[in-house]
This record gives sequence, C-alpha cells and structure tokens, in this order.
Amino acid sequence: MKQDRYELNKNLAQMLKGGVIMDVTSPEQAIIAENAGACAVMALERIPADIRSAGGVSRMSDPKLIKSIQQAVSIPVMAKCRIGHFVEAQILEALEIDYIDESEVLSPADDKYHINKHDFEVPFVCGARNLGEALRRIQEGASMIRTKGEPGTGDIIQAVRHMRIIKEEIAMLNEMNDEELKDYAKKERVSFELIKKVQEIKRLPVVNFAAGGIATPADAALMMQLGADGVFVGSGIFKSKNPEKRAAAIVKAVTNYNDKKILAELSEDLGGAMVGINEDEIKIIMEERGK
Amino acid sequence: MLVGVLALQGAFYEHEKALEKLQIPYFEIRQKKDAEKDFDGLIIPGGESTVIGKLLKDLDLFDILKQKIENGLCVFGTCAGLILLAKEILNDTRIHLATMDIKVKRNAYGRQISSFETIGEFKGIGKIPMIFIRAPYIEEVYNDCEVLAKVNNNIVAARNKNQLVTSFHPELSESLLVHKYFIDMILKQNK
Repeated sequence: MKQDRYELNKNLAQMLKGGVIMDVTSPEQAIIAENAGACAVMALERIPADIRSAGGVSRMSDPKLIKSIQQAVSIPVMAKCRIGHFVEAQILEALEIDYIDESEVLSPADDKYHINKHDFEVPFVCGARNLGEALRRIQEGASMIRTKGEPGTGDIIQAVRHMRIIKEEIAMLNEMNDEELKDYAKKERVSFELIKKVQEIKRLPVVNFAAGGIATPADAALMMQLGADGVFVGSGIFKSKNPEKRAAAIVKAVTNYNDKKILAELSEDLGGAMVGINEDEIKIIMEERGK
Repeated sequence: MLVGVLALQGAFYEHEKALEKLQIPYFEIRQKKDAEKDFDGLIIPGGESTVIGKLLKDLDLFDILKQKIENGLCVFGTCAGLILLAKEILNDTRIHLATMDIKVKRNAYGRQISSFETIGEFKGIGKIPMIFIRAPYIEEVYNDCEVLAKVNNNIVAARNKNQLVTSFHPELSESLLVHKYFIDMILKQNK
C-alpha cells in the first residue's frame, strides 16, 4: 500500500467520526440502521451475541450477504475477517468493501501474525486493549483502531477499561525521555518513530472508536466522554426490543454526548435493552485474541 | 466575525483546526440553541449526508439553518455538506437543505477503493491539493451558480452567491486557501 493510499484510508475514518457503526445481518437490518442514522454498517452473518451462544468456528461472512448489503445502503459497508486470515481479506478487497475489520469476534486463523495490512488497498480497522496492541496494529497498516471491549456481552466494563488504559499509557509517554521511549518501543515491538509521534500528538495517529458491550445511549455517551471518536454498536441494537428507536437514540447520544438533559430524554422509553452477560459469567474471552 | 461549524457528525474538528490557523473565532453547532445564535458563516463538514441530514431534522436545526442560508448567511459545504445543500440529488430520494442550484451525484466515484488525491485548478485561487473520499460530484449547475473547479471534466467546486461547495476536502490538506476564500466571502458580505 502506498503512503497516499494509507492517508486516504485514514481520511475515510475521519469522516466516520462522531458517528455510530452498526452490526447488521441482512439488507433489511442495514436499511433500518441507515435510516436510524448509522454512519456505516458492519455486514455479518451473526452478531457477536449469537456467535457466543452458537459456539464453533466463526468465519468471514458469505460474499453474497455482503454484496446484498452493499446494494441496500449508500453508507460505507464494513466486514470482518479472521485475525491473520489474509485470504479472507483478499476476498473482502475483491468485493470493494469500504473497511475490513480484522476482528477477534471471529475465530483467529493465526496465533502468531496479524495480516500485513500494507499489502492491501482497502482500509483496515483493528481492536486493541492497550497502547502496545494499538501501535502494533497501526504499524501493520491499520488506519483505524477500536477498543476490543468484550463483544456480544452488553457489558461496557471492558471497553471502558481498554479506553482508559490507552489514554493512561499515552499520558505516561509524556514523562519519558528518548532513551526510555526506545526501551518502551523495544518492549512493545513497535518503531521508535511511531512512539515518538504518539508522544508528540498525545493521541493515536489514527481515529479511535469504542466497541464491545455498548447497549444504551448512556453507554455510547460514556465512551465519547472518555475520548472515543465514535462508537461501534454490535449486538446492542438488534438484540434489543425496539431496534429502530434504540439505534436512533444512540446516534443522537453520540452527537450530544455532553448534554445530560438531551441524554435523559433519549434514554426514555426505549423498550428492553439486550439482556447481556456480566464479566464473570463469560465463557469465551474474545479480547484475549490477537495481542 | 464568528463562524458556526455544524458538529453533528463527521470531520468537523478538521475544519475547526483550519479556522484556528486562520485565527477565525468559531463555535460548534450541535443543537437548536446553538443554531439560534448570531453568526457570520456556517461550515457543513464531510461525513455521511444521511446521518447529518437526519440529525438536522431530529435535533430541530433544519428550519433555522435553511432560513438563515436563504436569508444570505455565508455557508461552506464540503463533500456531505455539498450534498446537504443541493437542490437535486441524482441517485438519492433524500433531499436535505436544498438551498443551492446544483444537481449532484452521491458516491460518484464509487467505494473507498476509488478515493483519490489530485492537484486541481480552483478559479480565483490557483492550483490546490484536492482529496476525494467516497466523494460526490456536481452533475450540473443552473441559474446564477458558478463553476469553480473541475477534475476530469466533473464539477467539484461551485459557488451560488453566499454558498460555496467542494466535493473534495480542503480541511484534510495543509492548504488553507479554500477556507480563506470562504472567509473573504464573509468579509465582503459584512462590508
């Protein structure tokens, strides 16, 4: 991937900021999401909550499903491939997908290497739990980062933890001289130049969304107040009682994340949220995948 | 001088940075009470036009801003902003503010893989970098609307009195020339 292509791919993520990216499993859901104000959709065969309950190996979606969703909406369409599965990524690139999510939600295909994302023209977003993971993914060519959270649980605690850790680690760089930065870079297996840049700009050099466990307008606003550039909502919408209303409310909550009066209005009468699973009840820990 | 930046979704932060470099005071418009303030110029950023268009209505900003633009408020729309100002959209039934005499095509170049950067001639400014991200272009301008830039024969910038639009993103490049052009529009009008 040439440098200018990488810049253009980072630029698309900039256009998504302040927005909500929604998981959808059919063209009908994609249309509901677009009408509710999604800035992009993630085309999936199963949402993370169902992947959890179904068990087994989870793979890239059927291209036919992805194409039908691309035809149904005018907003960007993303799709997931397994960690390290560069052939699934090649297939998604052939479909001219707008963004590939190399995702821990699917079963990992490689426990040693992530995809070398520089080999591709289309952009990648990857999950991260801490600064080291985020920078390794960026170094591999990711042009957007999201917190991993714990997908399909409806529990926000992990997304909060990951966002806080990344922020704290960036703040920590501030105190370091170049020698210490070099040590840190070595320990985290990333280049000194990249670490130095983060120290200078005091944030990740790409857009950073929150993902994993967002189920309510308040969850979305919480992540925005903690510094997310936007949010992914997976199971939280189509596992709830009234997806249209909840989706629209989450979109508005992301725009007015700092206004408690508006957030109170938005949170009213949304019908049941997804039931969810608490942290200590989870059987499969997806965030452990792909470090 | 005070510029309002529509901050509902998209790349509004990048416009704010450009205004800061030009030392132009600005504020964010996120809800009705923001739109009701007195200001001299409005920037509608890139993002998703479907999202911003819906939020304009849902948050009750639509009528106020449309009326202000029709009454002569200077407005600058980039990419999604251009779509929101267009009176006609070739491949979408959703029309938004509809204040500008242009007919546009959404996602005219295709998906992200077709996004590109080039150098183009902008009337009255000269050659500038132009970054197109899943961009629209203008199929046709009518009445008093003036074409300001073309790339590969497609119209990518235009002006209709108080309204300026680009299908590319000046806020993503280092050049501040288009923002300066917009500020000059405001200054001339305020005279």
